[in-house]
Amino acid sequence: MTYIPKPAVRHPGLGANELGLHLRDYEGTISTLCAGCGHDSVTAAIIQAFYELSIPPHRIAKMSGIGCSAKTPAYFVDEAHGFNGVHGRMPALATGANAANKDLYYIGISGDGDSLSIGLGQFCHAIRRNVNMLYVLENNGVYGLTKGQFSASADVGSRSKRGVPNKSEPIDPVALALTLGATFVARGFSGDKQQLLPLLKAGLMHKGFAFLDVISPCVTFNDHVGSTKSYLYTRHHGHELVPVDFVPIRSEISASYEKGSRTSITMHDGSMVRFRKVPEDYDPTDRLSAYEHYRSLQNRGEVVTGLLYLDPGGEDMHDDNATTSTPLAEMAYEDLCPGSEQMDALMEEFR
Amino acid sequence: MQPTDVGNPDYYHKVVDCQWGCPAHTNVPEYIRLIANGRYTDSFWLNRSSNVFPGILGRTCDRPCEPACRRTRVDGKPVAICRLKRVAADLRDPTDDRLPEIPVVKNGKRIALVGCGPASLTVCNDLMPLGYECTIFEALPRSGGLMRTNIPAFRLPVAVLEEEIDMILDMGVEIHYNTRIESMEELLEEGYDAIFVGTGAPKGKELNIPGRQEAADNIHIGIEWLEAVHFGHVDAIGERVLVIGVGNTAMDCCRTSKRLGGTDIKVMARKSRPYFKASPWELEDAEEELVEIVENYSPKRFVLEDGRLVGMEFELVSWHKDEESGRLKATVHDTEFLPCDDVILAIGQDNAFPWIERDIGIEFNHWDMPEVDRTTFMTTREGIFVGGDAAWGPENIIWAVEHGHQAAISIHNYCQGLSLTEDRPPQDHNLISAKMGMHEWAYSNDYNPSPRQKMKHVELVRRFEELSIEVEMGFDPEQTAHEVERCLNCDIQTHFEAKLCIECDACIDICPVHCLTITVNGDEEDLRTRLMAPAENLTQDLMVSEGLPQTGRVMVKDEDLCVHCGLCAERCPTAAWDMRKFELMIPYAGQEAACPTHV
Ligand SMILES: Cc1cc2nc3c(=O)[nH]c(=O)nc-3n(C[C@H](O)[C@H](O)[C@H](O)COP(=O)(O)OP(=O)(O)OC[C@H]3O[C@@H](n4cnc5c(N)ncnc54)[C@H](O)[C@@H]3O)c2cc1C
Ligand SMILES: Cc1ncc(C[n+]2csc(CCOP(=O)(O)OP(=O)(O)O)c2C)c(N)n1
Ligand code: SF4
Ligand code: SF4
Ligand code: SF4
Ligand SMILES: [Mg+2]
Repeated sequence: MTYIPKPAVRHPGLGANELGLHLRDYEGTISTLCAGCGHDSVTAAIIQAFYELSIPPHRIAKMSGIGCSAKTPAYFVDEAHGFNGVHGRMPALATGANAANKDLYYIGISGDGDSLSIGLGQFCHAIRRNVNMLYVLENNGVYGLTKGQFSASADVGSRSKRGVPNKSEPIDPVALALTLGATFVARGFSGDKQQLLPLLKAGLMHKGFAFLDVISPCVTFNDHVGSTKSYLYTRHHGHELVPVDFVPIRSEISASYEKGSRTSITMHDGSMVRFRKVPEDYDPTDRLSAYEHYRSLQNRGEVVTGLLYLDPGGEDMHDDNATTSTPLAEMAYEDLCPGSEQMDALMEEFR
Repeated sequence: MQPTDVGNPDYYHKVVDCQWGCPAHTNVPEYIRLIANGRYTDSFWLNRSSNVFPGILGRTCDRPCEPACRRTRVDGKPVAICRLKRVAADLRDPTDDRLPEIPVVKNGKRIALVGCGPASLTVCNDLMPLGYECTIFEALPRSGGLMRTNIPAFRLPVAVLEEEIDMILDMGVEIHYNTRIESMEELLEEGYDAIFVGTGAPKGKELNIPGRQEAADNIHIGIEWLEAVHFGHVDAIGERVLVIGVGNTAMDCCRTSKRLGGTDIKVMARKSRPYFKASPWELEDAEEELVEIVENYSPKRFVLEDGRLVGMEFELVSWHKDEESGRLKATVHDTEFLPCDDVILAIGQDNAFPWIERDIGIEFNHWDMPEVDRTTFMTTREGIFVGGDAAWGPENIIWAVEHGHQAAISIHNYCQGLSLTEDRPPQDHNLISAKMGMHEWAYSNDYNPSPRQKMKHVELVRRFEELSIEVEMGFDPEQTAHEVERCLNCDIQTHFEAKLCIECDACIDICPVHCLTITVNGDEEDLRTRLMAPAENLTQDLMVSEGLPQTGRVMVKDEDLCVHCGLCAERCPTAAWDMRKFELMIPYAGQEAACPTHV
């Protein structure tokens, strides 16, 4: 929290994107989170991602529930649409909004408390429905907003600030997303933007449910010695399994990568995810292989990061349900509501 | 890159662009904050401690600080540093009680000073409080040098000039007016302990083209003519005047002509605008007074009829760069006759030392200028010092002042038997945290988007009524209030402690101008391309930290555009960044480096 607004000046050496917008045009109001919060860093990466992808602010919908993490949509892309709902219900809100207007870019911001406790069921069903959205889980192992109680993602043995170890088994959102059929599963770290940025960009451009778990340390309640979600612990135990670059379709360099090759995967719109290095025995498009590999590294005590699984198939909830090509939000009232005559006729059929 | 040594006073000093650019290193941001707090007298005094003539300079300074000012790079226009100085000088209370006490019992050392311009006056200002007996010999009947005789009263009121000069003379300086020194040898015989030469560059340059001798009655040398106007020997000029040359002297000549009856006044420039020597604001002021500035006209000859000047012939030229020499060369396209009644030559000044014998141990170089040491200001004859325009040719008041300070240090050391180099007191600095509370700083860190305030001028008709009507009206309170907030407080430094950083990126993310980056180290050229924003301004340093504890990467700050908002420090969870006030400690004669006082 600071008392002055961020000065309205920008570096003249930083250009504009394809829309003529500057990086700073994608900012929101100034953050009220604790100084040093990982969430603020994720926010900065999201701003960069939208800017670099030249997505028009009014085509973005920011969805969230409750938590420090859930507050962050206020801190990026001021001019986007947004809905801040009740605790853990962001997935349902995003699903509904997406059902009504499938043409927006949906980004949902949640926390480990929001997604893995009160909202666990919601989270699972959004994956199951394959809602076309980027779901970012800012994972700090605690309920930050309510002052640092362990959340469901806290590791066994991780100690609270007062030194009490956690005894409950954690729910691992990455493993969960992999088993529930998410079509894009990744993990990043707020302290490594170089890795986080391409993950965000690929997740935003992915069609279908993209899940991105971001280890995002809580400086106030969970950045001490003994915590397994601190900056230092994450840096010491981080294992970047599959580093990627995201190559947007508009970018000229996309031509220099071979389509369909093992190290670059073409997405539904022709943009490309390029894997910089993939271990020998690992296929990021094979869910089973991804799961096995992930689990084995995790058992060795490593915090696995990178784009772990990708199904570039390009289907989503609307394809599954064969909805109309025109978003409901753009249809005329008459088309949306057939009127009582038609309804009566329909009812007749079931008599 | 090696970690930056911020313990070297030059590093942070350079970040304060204005102070670094000021020859006398005036603490600009501090004096601006004092004005913002309504402490005009303190602000004036802080100014005076380094630049000696705040009221004079607040109107006339060449202001090398302004092109250097960081605000220019941020929103295109520098802070009106000079005008704010005038605000402090205009609104201050009497300051007699702050003047240093002059010892009644002198230290027995007698110093002779030749010429009473700003250089000599500064030497007296620094030496009198130490007990020296200073004696000035001045050729003219008045003090001040060119500040008085050449800077017209419509730019610098006599009252302001005299008040600040008198502060020095009243310290008990002995001054002999109407006393031109004709022989250095004779002066030496009078047994002074040291001699300071502050005689300026008193000779206006000639233009030797056909007709010069014959038309002499109506051809005037700029600086002599301005002096004659000052002393009332000249009070009129013809209606049509051609001023030759386009430096600051030309600007004063054309504007003075306007006030002495000239109606059609042209300033004739050999080159085009980008090459003009005059300061942009002086050009603006002249053009506002409807003086015409004519480019690419090269004087060819004076034209006479019946033995009287009737005009001048010019060559119309264009310029191109000569491939071989890299110099500009002229091509003549045509010639043109321009009628006129008077011509004023304002094409430069030369030094002249006919009064210094060449066989008394003062070496002269091949430009016939005395060899003067750049640090000590001493000539090759011990005990004789030179400063101001006399040292290396015409400069300006603020340089004359700085020369005076440095010469005073040397004279003091010389008279006390100390080395002029080894015993020269070095600069030092102070660094104090500006933190007052969670989000409170000892300065106003909020960025103010106000545009540079425009100086109001006396109406055109009114200002020509009398020669001495000051054109610039000074800032009104509202303008002052806006302008002080434009200053970015560049002396409040972003100070970094690498060992505290946990690499959370908070500072990087908040910085409005993207001047911070955490990255792997590299050489400077490479680093400059790998930062959050390209660091293309090579005149601005990169601050590079020690390796950071968690990853061994380094924190890099490009100083170029930092607006000193302090947000990096507010956002840092570990106080690895702190905002610290840098104060340059400047040594003066007989004193260790100290923070210039304002209390
Ligand atoms: C027209 C004009 C306008 C200017 N405007 C500005 C301006 O706006 N801002 C600015 O910063 N600078 C300006 N300058 C430059 C500035 O005035 C000089 O750089 C500055 O005054 C130099 O100071 P000084 O002490 O070296 O010598 P000067 O000011 O030149 O003083 C030298 C003194 O020595 C005396 N003298 C010379 N020879 C002898 C001798 N043999 N015996 C005794 N006395 C002698 C002279 O009479 C004179 O009084 C201007 C200059 C000119 C010509
Ligand atoms: C229905 C409901 N139950 C409980 C709460 C209290 N509450 C607010 S935030 C929060 C947990 C947030 O944790 P997380 O999602 O991890 O977010 P963080 O603050 O750590 O980013 C809880 C339990 C609430 N606001 N609403
Ligand atoms: S902004 Fe203020 S402190 Fe910075 S260079 Fe300009 S006047 Fe000096
Ligand atoms: S003070 Fe800090 S945040 Fe503000 S511009 Fe300078 S480096 Fe950036
Ligand atoms: S905010 Fe502080 S701790 Fe965080 S990266 Fe910057 S300097 Fe380091
Ligand atoms: Mg949490």
